[in-house]
Amino acid sequence: MNSASSRYAITKEHRGGERAGDRRKARIFQGLMFFSLAIGILTLAVLLIQVFVEGWPRLNMELLTNFPSRRPARSGAQSAIFGTIWLMGIVMATAVPLGFGAAIYLEEYADPKRWYNRLIELNIQNLAAVPSIVYGILGLAFLARGPFGLGRTLLAGGLTLTLLVLPIVIISGREAIRAVPNSIRQAAFALGATKWQTVSRQVLPAAIPGMATGTILGLSRAIGETAPLILLGALTFVTFNPDGLTSQFTALPVQIFNWISRPQEEFKVLAAAAIVVLLVVLLAMNSVAIWLRNRFYQRRW
Amino acid sequence: MTQGWPQVTQDGREDPPATSEGPRIATEVKPREDTDTATETVFRLDGVHVFYGSFLALRGVNLDIPARQITALIGPSGCGKSTLIRCLNRMNDLILGARVEGKIHYHGQDLYGDDVDPVEVRRRIGMVFQKPNPFPKSIYENIAFGPRVIGMKPASMDELVEESLRRAALWDEVKDKLKQNALALSGGQQQRLCIARAIAVEPDVILMDEPASALDPVSTGRIEDLMEQLKQDYTIVIVTHNMQQAARISDRTAFFNAEPAEGTGDRTGLLVEYDRTDTIFTHPADRRTEDYITGRFG
Repeated sequence: MNSASSRYAITKEHRGGERAGDRRKARIFQGLMFFSLAIGILTLAVLLIQVFVEGWPRLNMELLTNFPSRRPARSGAQSAIFGTIWLMGIVMATAVPLGFGAAIYLEEYADPKRWYNRLIELNIQNLAAVPSIVYGILGLAFLARGPFGLGRTLLAGGLTLTLLVLPIVIISGREAIRAVPNSIRQAAFALGATKWQTVSRQVLPAAIPGMATGTILGLSRAIGETAPLILLGALTFVTFNPDGLTSQFTALPVQIFNWISRPQEEFKVLAAAAIVVLLVVLLAMNSVAIWLRNRFYQRRW
Repeated sequence: MTQGWPQVTQDGREDPPATSEGPRIATEVKPREDTDTATETVFRLDGVHVFYGSFLALRGVNLDIPARQITALIGPSGCGKSTLIRCLNRMNDLILGARVEGKIHYHGQDLYGDDVDPVEVRRRIGMVFQKPNPFPKSIYENIAFGPRVIGMKPASMDELVEESLRRAALWDEVKDKLKQNALALSGGQQQRLCIARAIAVEPDVILMDEPASALDPVSTGRIEDLMEQLKQDYTIVIVTHNMQQAARISDRTAFFNAEPAEGTGDRTGLLVEYDRTDTIFTHPADRRTEDYITGRFG
């Protein structure tokens, strides 16, 4: 309906013609962005479904209870599963304290104007981008052989993975600490708290959710790394579970790689099944971290 | 607002009515008993200059702050009031490049002496900030944090928490929800919580940096009432933009101004006048004070 004065018109049909182009553009962009999201999710879904379907025949108890064998029917991934769990344990026990300790120091104690602190800051970002095989070589040269001489053991593998994820943990730890507003620190200082009391009792508890996320990111990266472990001798035909930090080992990604390389078709099915197991282990770890994050989530400022 | 005296509002510019007594400037000034005789001095500032890096923020401050009274610091933006108050409990130490010259004596001790522990200073000289900043924890934990970190071992923490909340006029409102997150409280309640938190460590002095400027008038009024009660036990120094507030509650008022330094043209803060509140607001000695109070600038 035409109102007397079109200066105040606000209905769509009245102004329709003039803004129709803008509205259409908005809808197109929205569609494009949704499409981008859809591609990502679809790809992931296709991957998961395909792996699941292919590995279905071998998703049985034998996968979990048996050790690898030349006969696909009798092969299982128990040694690889335990190896992965041990490795993740080592990574968590070393990367988390080291990474968060470094993050706390860099954020709370280091003077950002000093040149060496700026150098450190720059290089941590670079380290996160280094290919994992380089970490493998580093681990081989220094941890397995060289000064530490740990040999081809779980400890060497775990520590190498720790070095690999340390930059990620440090960076996300710093973000989490930085997100704690300064007003809280000021309030604590004004009450007579020391720096450490402020950091440990106010800043860190508030930063735990972010740090848990950082841990998830780190562990998720570590669990799938194959190249460094191959270099470090995650033997691919391990028929025993690790019995200590100095034990030889294998890991799920390595075992999967090994099975895929075999010509027999049944091994490929095994590989798919092992991938599912890997995803389940990953999910379990992430769930723990998410639970931790929710448990410590403080109402925001 | 009262008897033909001019309104002193933030933006108002009313000339004082011509009376035979000369210009009356203040409104609603609390009549003071004579509190000048034999009061203990808590802070003595002697030629204090404060630098941020090479920038001189505050110059040549000489000031005595008496015990168990409310001293207000007023002045336009950038005149160094917040800077000064942060020097009094060494919070300026936390700002990189901040430097204090001259002497600040706290009960006779040099506040910036070599053997002075800033942590101990801050325990005795507490601070309430402009924007309420409770910890993102429960109300109980907010109050209990201070005593715990300074090593107070009260016979009963519950009682200490209750006492602090009572003194801050907050107990009745929160006594049933001590475990609730402090951030669920309203702005005025949060600020009273911050005051209770400051009181819990049994300070000697409470510094307040525009404590009510982020609050509505009703909450502001409650905080002002609170301050009247608190001054019986604590020395209070308050920075405020609200001149009516300063006139209402403070015993002494210091007026600061920001003036260009010779040579650089950067504005440096300095203390213009410091006197009993009723004097400052009724017959200030300095022209600049009078101009500020009547709203001619600032």
